[in-house]
Amino acid sequence: MGSNLDALTTIFTEFYYWVTVVFMFLIHVGFCMYEVGVSRRRNHMHTLMKNTMLIPLVSITFFLFGWWIYSAFINGPGITGPLEAAEASLPWSTTMGANMQDHITGVFWAAFLLFSWTTASIVSGSIIERMRSGAFWIIAVLVGSVLWIFDASWGWHPQGWMVKVLGYHDAYASGVVHAIAGGAALAALIVLGPRVGKFAADGTPREIPPHNPWLVTIGIFLIYTGFWGFYAACNIPIISPEVIGGQITGANWTATTIYFTPTSLGAITVNFILSLSGGMMGVYIISKGDAFWTYSGGLAGIIAASAGNDLYHPVQAFFIGAIVPCIAYKLHYFVERVFKIDDAVGAVAVHGYSGFLGVVVAGFVLWGAPSSPFEGFATISPGGNAIGAVIMFALGFFPILIVASVLDGIGLLRVPREVELLGLDYKTQAAYEQSVADVQHAEKATT
Amino acid sequence: MSTIGYSNWAVDLKDVNAIYPFQGWEVAMVLAAVAFWLIWHIVQIWQENREYKEDRTEHYNASNVGNSVDRY
Repeated sequence: MGSNLDALTTIFTEFYYWVTVVFMFLIHVGFCMYEVGVSRRRNHMHTLMKNTMLIPLVSITFFLFGWWIYSAFINGPGITGPLEAAEASLPWSTTMGANMQDHITGVFWAAFLLFSWTTASIVSGSIIERMRSGAFWIIAVLVGSVLWIFDASWGWHPQGWMVKVLGYHDAYASGVVHAIAGGAALAALIVLGPRVGKFAADGTPREIPPHNPWLVTIGIFLIYTGFWGFYAACNIPIISPEVIGGQITGANWTATTIYFTPTSLGAITVNFILSLSGGMMGVYIISKGDAFWTYSGGLAGIIAASAGNDLYHPVQAFFIGAIVPCIAYKLHYFVERVFKIDDAVGAVAVHGYSGFLGVVVAGFVLWGAPSSPFEGFATISPGGNAIGAVIMFALGFFPILIVASVLDGIGLLRVPREVELLGLDYKTQAAYEQSVADVQHAEKATT
Repeated sequence: MSTIGYSNWAVDLKDVNAIYPFQGWEVAMVLAAVAFWLIWHIVQIWQENREYKEDRTEHYNASNVGNSVDRY
């Protein structure tokens, strides 16, 4: 920190990311409440612990290798250059611990880690009530600490090869977080199969109503709340053109996207709210007022517009947020009916289809806009973003299809049918009831 | 003698780098964390197998399933 201005900028940036991390924690709280609300009583603790334990598992593995992947694989490798050494991001780098010459790496790492939790947690909801925790946690580590950070290195890094070659633009992670997680969830669901009783003998799907709609409601409101932090965390809060070192001239400091392209916190805030509003209004109509889908529609609206919410006009964000989730809603029921996919929370639709389509739409709406402040980068285009959307979805889908198939082959993917019927909390519940009976008996004996 | 390399703060902070204990042992600490993480998965799956086996052999019957399903 040379001057007082440098010092203030550093401390502001450090505190800014710290606040985003705290906000983003609410996403995980919301996911947990949402999943428990959707699950039935006999599976509550299993559902909760499955999602809770991804926090420590993704955290330690993201520290061990996830963070390094982000900086090491920006060139492919082999597409725009070799594998980068990325020594500062290795887990034994001296800047990963308390270090008076680096105040930012820790909070920046933590912000990325919270994106990792979110990506893994998206998969968690869809497979509730029948996937073994051990299998899910292996998949969560793969999604949260390997796959998504691979695609972030390619398409969500200022020097990523997808940005350079394709002009890929995905400012708030429609594809980078949501499409890849949706692809992974779909692959897991294909191998896992539906819950017992989900489909009638003739293949007609049955609705499995949430055990507690109120918990679902509060959960998704918390996800909305945490999403504000997610958006802020995707920005560089303040930076000078000189520090960026690209083609931007002058002395005006600005907020930027992860690509160092200019935007403002004000602009993305308006677009966030209007894309949320569009999603809720659109899906309310198409689902005929279904509360579950209206809430999910709001989330899908934000996800659909996220790829371009750094630049969209608010009305564009509103209509993208309104239309894309309606398509995703229809796709959810089409896939359920035709392919017998039991997605308990609609995660593939809300995150996968909406994220995928959001990236594609951004390619058209932002056609010709610069993807980067640096020279030599491709501009944003429909083709570049469409290819990018396919890469994102496929990078989640195919590796998880293989891993889930291997786990299934060795009997580690799915809970045994008898245990599924008995309830995944059977032992916990029995111990709870025994403890209650014991203490009641003891209390009554003292009177 | 100090585990962090400093025994007082009579320093110019611009000259101070890492201040965590046992500098130089970072690779060994990381390897220990990798081992702990992998062993954790193995132990967890072993415990899970044992729990499911017990549920299937000792608790699975029509009455228990009926009670669980009825709780919704």
